[in-house]
Amino acid sequence: MSGKDRLPIFPSRGAQMLMKSRLKGAQKGHSLLKKKADALQMRFRMILGKIIETKTLMGEVMKEAAFSLAEAKFTTGDFNQVVLQNVTKAQIKIRTKKDNVAGVTLPVFESYQDGTDTYELAGLARGGQQLAKLKKNYQSAVKLLVELASLQTSFVTLDEVIKITNRRVNAIEHVIIPRIEKTLAYIISELDELEREEFYRLKKIQDKKRISRAKAEKYKAATKAADDEKYAAANMLDEGDDDILF
Amino acid sequence: MALHSSVKGKLISVIGDEDTCVGFLLGGVGEINKNRHSNFMVVDKNTAISEIEECFKRFLKRDDIDIILINQNVAELIRHVIDGHTQPVPAVLEIPSKDHPYDASKDSILRRARGMFNPEDMAR
Repeated sequence: MSGKDRLPIFPSRGAQMLMKSRLKGAQKGHSLLKKKADALQMRFRMILGKIIETKTLMGEVMKEAAFSLAEAKFTTGDFNQVVLQNVTKAQIKIRTKKDNVAGVTLPVFESYQDGTDTYELAGLARGGQQLAKLKKNYQSAVKLLVELASLQTSFVTLDEVIKITNRRVNAIEHVIIPRIEKTLAYIISELDELEREEFYRLKKIQDKKRISRAKAEKYKAATKAADDEKYAAANMLDEGDDDILF
Repeated sequence: MALHSSVKGKLISVIGDEDTCVGFLLGGVGEINKNRHSNFMVVDKNTAISEIEECFKRFLKRDDIDIILINQNVAELIRHVIDGHTQPVPAVLEIPSKDHPYDASKDSILRRARGMFNPEDMAR
């Protein structure tokens, strides 16, 4: 306990005040961080629930999309290579927006249409309807996936932040506050010790003073008595001298 | 960077089998940039795992890609690389492929989630 668990500080009234204010600050910070962690945790659980929901939904959507692809292939014939070779510009792009939860910025993705459809004329000969359906299905799949991606990104970010916050809360609760408290106890015990010493010293001084005063008094009394005696003798002489002149 | 990203639209990239890629390309996510680098990769049975790994890492490095879609069976092949990617952006999403149904227990993110919560929460 002695050297390791408390702050290296000289025990004085000033240091005690300092420690007291630091303890108060640490407690305030602890409660604030705890609140933040709770808020994040709440959001985190909400997002987790949504992720699981969306993931199962995604399974459905992807199945449907894959099925419509097979349908389109059946009517149009194999167009895989045509599609793979004719890529130019992305039609669906992603914008990033920022969302703020308890001081944590979470990226939110948003898809938007940019430019025209590269495969506008695909399936012109036959299977146009199936291809249109296919495109629509995959576009909705992309939309869902973008939503899922932003949820997932928030999840990862929040996970990280929650870990950091919890680490801080625990550090304050289990390291910083006990250390300050121990320092405070140390300062108080040292101050008490000092006070006892001071008290003892004062008592000692008082004792010494009393003794020396008593001594002085005694001496004074003794000298006075001697003087009195002397004077008394002189007076006797004086009295006796009265009629010496005449 | 933040300003930059808000101005310019980002891309979605796809790593997966031919059908998945074709589907998403028809959905309109494909792009080939000036250096003739595509933002998708077709994985067939002849593709080496190191190739997929390399491509995935390249997608991670490109700053114009925000979301990487990857087939779950492909993701399974390069699981160690995906688990090593912890940054929020780009987001890596595992999607089911035509012939492999989606298995939530393999997903990197959901696996991490399960570490924190009990199974009852997951089943919900």
